[in-house]
Amino acid sequence: MTDLTWGLWELLLKGVWVTVQLTFFSALLGAGVAFVVGVARTHRLRVVRVLSGAYMEIFRGTSALVLMFWMFFVLPVALGWQLLPMWSAVLALGLSYGAYGSEIVRGSLAAVAPAQQEAGIALSFSPWQRLTKIVLPQAWPEMIPPANNLLIELLKGTALVSIMGVADTAFGAMLVRNATGESAPVYTIILVMYFVLAFVLTRGMRVLERHAKAGIGQAPPEKSLGVRRRVNVPRQAEAPRDVPSAGGAS
Amino acid sequence: MSTDSSTSKETRNPAVDGTELIEFKDVTKRFGNNVVLDNLCFNVDSGKHVTLIGPSGSGKTTILRLLMTLVKPEEGTIKVAGDYLTHEQRDGKLVPASERHSREVRKNIGMVFQQFNLFPNMRVLRNITEAPVHVLGLPKDEAEQRARELLELVGLTEHIDKYPSQLSGGQQQRVAIARALAMRPQVLLLDEVTSALDPELVAGVLDVLRDIAHTTDITMLCVTHEMNFARDISDDVLMFDAGRVIESGSPEKIFSDPEHERTREFLSAVL
Repeated sequence: MTDLTWGLWELLLKGVWVTVQLTFFSALLGAGVAFVVGVARTHRLRVVRVLSGAYMEIFRGTSALVLMFWMFFVLPVALGWQLLPMWSAVLALGLSYGAYGSEIVRGSLAAVAPAQQEAGIALSFSPWQRLTKIVLPQAWPEMIPPANNLLIELLKGTALVSIMGVADTAFGAMLVRNATGESAPVYTIILVMYFVLAFVLTRGMRVLERHAKAGIGQAPPEKSLGVRRRVNVPRQAEAPRDVPSAGGAS
Repeated sequence: MSTDSSTSKETRNPAVDGTELIEFKDVTKRFGNNVVLDNLCFNVDSGKHVTLIGPSGSGKTTILRLLMTLVKPEEGTIKVAGDYLTHEQRDGKLVPASERHSREVRKNIGMVFQQFNLFPNMRVLRNITEAPVHVLGLPKDEAEQRARELLELVGLTEHIDKYPSQLSGGQQQRVAIARALAMRPQVLLLDEVTSALDPELVAGVLDVLRDIAHTTDITMLCVTHEMNFARDISDDVLMFDAGRVIESGSPEKIFSDPEHERTREFLSAVL
C-alpha cells in the first residue's frame, strides 16, 4: 500500500464517486420502474397485467451487461444518437433491477390483507384511492428489507460498467493496478470500499424501515427487541404472512 | 353540503320512512356449483332493523357482501334507494353497472366487518375522516367535528390520536362503527360484528349498536349470533336456510313461536 501515491488514491476516490452516482441514478430509475410495473401487475385490466408481466420477464431474463452493451452499441443505430456510456449503464441497470424490484412491489401489495381492500370499497373509495391511501402505505414497510438486498446487488452490479470504460471504482482499480503492477493492495482497498458503501446503504434503509413502520402504528423493531407492541390487543386478526401483522386490523 | 352530500348532489333518494330501501329480486349467487342464494326475494323498508339468522353457510353474509358489491350476483337485481346496484340503465336496457355507478349507489350503505378492518396506517381520527373528506368532499374541519361527535357516541374520545394497533378489539370495532356512520349512510350492514371479540368486550359494542338503533332512523341489516341483541333491536327477523328465507316475522314470533321445523332446530341449538 505504501507505493500508492496521492494521485492514485484520487483516481480511486473519483471512481467511488462515479459508483455512488451510478447507484443513485440507477436506483432512482429502478424504483420508478419497480413501482409502475409492480402496481400494473395488480391492475384489474388483463392487458395491463400481461404487458407489465412481459416487461418483468424480459428484463429479468436478460443480462444487465449485455443490455448495457445493447444500449450503447445497438440503440445508436436505431435512434441515430449515442448515449454516454454512463447513461446507457444507468438505463440498463435501472430497467433490469426495476424488473426485479417490481416483483418486490407486487408481492408486498399482495400481502396486504384483502379485507383492507374490502373496507376501502365499503367506504366508497375509488380504486386509485384504495391503492394510494390504504394498500401502498401498508405494503411499503414490507418492501424495504428486500429492496435493501436489491440495492446492494445493484451497487455491486455497477462494477460492470468498468468494462465499457466508465471510470468507476473497479475501473480506477484497474488503472491503479496497471500503474503499480500490484494487485493485492488495490483490490483489497476497493473490496473494503464496496463494503463500506453497502454498509452505509443498509444503515440508511434500516432508518427508512423503522420510520415506515412507525408510520403505520408498528413499534420500531430495534426498541422492542423483536417483540411487537401488542397493547391490549386480545385477539389479532390473522396476519397476511409470517411477518408481524399491521396491528389488529388485517 | 351540511347535509348528506350524496343526497344533495343528485336528488335520487325517494326513500322516506316506510318505503322500500333495499330490494332483492330473484337474486341467485353461486360459488362454483354451490348455490349460496337461490332466487332470493326480499325487501327492507326504510328505517327498519332487520336481522338475518340461520346456520353458517346459509347465505346471510353473502347478502351483505352483495350489497357492498364485494361479490356479484349471477342472476337477479338488487336495488338500493330506488337505484340498481349491480346494474345500470342504459338506453332503456339493464347492463352491468360500471365501478363508478356502483360506487355512487354504495355511498348509501355503510358496513361494519367481523374483523373490524380499520386501516392500521391511519390514526383513529383519520380512519373516520378519510372517506368523508375524500369521497364525499366534506371540508376537513367539518369531517373532524363529525368524527369527534361519533367518537363520543361510541365512548372513545380519549383514543382519537391512537393507532388501531393500540386499541383492544372492542375499541377497534367501536371505531369501525363510527367510521361507517361518518359517511351518513342510510343503511348500516353489520356482519357478525361481535364474533371476533373476546366475550367481555362484546357487551360494549352491542350497547353502542343498541343506542344507535334506538336513537337514529338508520336502516340496519344485521347478521348475528347474538340472539338477545337481535330480539332487542329487530323489527323483523329473517331465518335463512340453504340460500332461501324459510321464515320471517317479528322477533317475538320467530324466537318464541317459530312455525318452521328448521327454525326451531336452529334456535334450540343457539339459544
